[in-house]
Amino acid sequence: MAAELQLEAERHGVFLTTVTRFYNWGRRSSVWPLSFGLACCAIEMMATGLARYDLARFGAEMFRASPRHADLMIVAGTVTKKMAPQVVRLYNQMPEPRYVISMGACATSGGPFRDGYNVLRGVDLLIPVDVYIPGCPPRPEALLHALMTLQAQIDSQQLDQVRWYGDDEPHEYPVPTLGRQGLEIDGALIDPVGGLPLVSPLRGPQYGEQRSGEIEHPQQVRLFPIMDESVARETPFRASGVSPEIAADDLKRSDVPEVGHAQSQR
Amino acid sequence: MLQTQELQINIGPQHPSTHGVFRMQVTLDGETVVDLKPVFGYLHRNHEQIAEVSTYIQSMPYTDRLDYFNSMTSNYGLALAVEQLAGIEVPQRANYIRALMSELTRILNHATAIGFILNDMGAWQTALAFSMREREKILDLFEMASGARMMCNYFRFGGVVRDLPPEFMPQLKDLMQGLPGFFDEFERLLRDNEILLGRAVNVGILPPEIAASYSVSGPVLRASGIAYDIRTADPYGAYSELDFDIPLGEVGDVYDRILVRFEEMRQSYRMINQIIERLPDTTGGHINPAMASIGRQKALRPPAGEIYARVESPKGELGFYLISDGSTRPYRYKVRAPSFINLTPLGDMCRGHALADVVVILGSIDIVMGEVDR
Repeated sequence: MAAELQLEAERHGVFLTTVTRFYNWGRRSSVWPLSFGLACCAIEMMATGLARYDLARFGAEMFRASPRHADLMIVAGTVTKKMAPQVVRLYNQMPEPRYVISMGACATSGGPFRDGYNVLRGVDLLIPVDVYIPGCPPRPEALLHALMTLQAQIDSQQLDQVRWYGDDEPHEYPVPTLGRQGLEIDGALIDPVGGLPLVSPLRGPQYGEQRSGEIEHPQQVRLFPIMDESVARETPFRASGVSPEIAADDLKRSDVPEVGHAQSQR
Repeated sequence: MLQTQELQINIGPQHPSTHGVFRMQVTLDGETVVDLKPVFGYLHRNHEQIAEVSTYIQSMPYTDRLDYFNSMTSNYGLALAVEQLAGIEVPQRANYIRALMSELTRILNHATAIGFILNDMGAWQTALAFSMREREKILDLFEMASGARMMCNYFRFGGVVRDLPPEFMPQLKDLMQGLPGFFDEFERLLRDNEILLGRAVNVGILPPEIAASYSVSGPVLRASGIAYDIRTADPYGAYSELDFDIPLGEVGDVYDRILVRFEEMRQSYRMINQIIERLPDTTGGHINPAMASIGRQKALRPPAGEIYARVESPKGELGFYLISDGSTRPYRYKVRAPSFINLTPLGDMCRGHALADVVVILGSIDIVMGEVDR
């Protein structure tokens, strides 16, 4: 009945809406991203903003250089352990409401560089992420789709329930530091240099939740030999006191089975 | 006597003009740069360490991500090094396809590099829109050949992964018809522009002797007047059969670096025309038949030894140094990244200039942080 009434009113040039829908329509139609490129994905992000893909069609072409002007952080590229504190600091400087798109495999999970000692295994270990994009790098169409997904999420928010009109102060995420064994928050190890991250990668933090740094996968933690003082490096190529894990790796390395190309040639 | 105090400011790592996550600690006297200290490492992704625990072919997609504008030339460097180490012959047709992809990459890179320099001068995205338009057309060709826009992963040891599809050549000829018009339009837009001349002429001069002492390479070195190009100094692939000139600058300032890049695009255009003409008459397939199976690529065991092979990437001399211990994985894997070496004289170039010139000089070196930090 209400829908018919609305249609009838629209025929006479009267448009009815709710405050929430009007509010969300305004917000989602002008999302200003932070001009924040980390690596390869940033080039595709720029290509999305330019002529052929034209991000301006979705109201998100205003790339701002200052986080204090921005609504949306597109984490475009590999977050390294050296860059991670700056990423969190930039996020903390953004005003509410703020959103995060994790663009590409590296930002989502470390991607192809996940095994590297200096790569953060997913930016969601540190800040909450709203939309993830797979791909290495994602095509510009994928970024457009992520933006549309984000707009749908904005549309579903309720004006009387949003966090930024409460009495609480905006939540500040703790800035990690690079300790001897990896990335630490308040002394608790979050992402070690060797081994996998210590918190589940499948569950990003809820808004306002702080990572505890408790070990969920203890069997996967190993100390990285370069960070261990007992390992003295003799030559540029070989360390003398090799840790047992690395020695086991080297053993594996010498007996890598040859892929059966001999059969396939016959 | 006026009392002045030196001021230290920090540019980056999050800054729209640092071309990625790069940081500069600048000491200023008023507006004048007294000292500049670059800080790297914000994009150190352990490429070399990962390559040492991977097989040779597994490193190929990682080289795409070294210099993410020029995935084809980065592929070429690794392929060349492993082929020389293992003694793999490359058919003539494969060499021509490789040269074609490299020269398309050079046009793409130089066009976007000039666009980014103009970005740094304040023409925010105006010139870049022209160059990105051409870049999209070239990326369409790459996608047709390799299946991916940016990270092509197209090269294999002994050739390229697959031959050019039949619809490639007509579209390439379409692109080639439009390119001279693009060069003229782009150059007319910029070359005699009063603002560009004011910002670029006699800014960031790199004298040839200093450039050589820092072992700078690529367009930055040639803008300083030294005719050094790996394609003629140490020819590889099809380059010994192609006819092209090496453009040189006179002063070695930012303006010369822009002009050298314009001229190199025209030379690449010349080379691609020669390649289109000769490609139907070349011998051999797209890959050496002995290396055509994926099992052969995976199980490649080069004999123990070491090799340094280099290609002329659009940024300069890209070298790969490999030590093989006879197993399927390299014992040592080192990349000589042109962006990194070209960045080292930045302090010398910026000293005495205004702070606003620093970003222009940095843009004219044309760095990619993925390659600087690796």
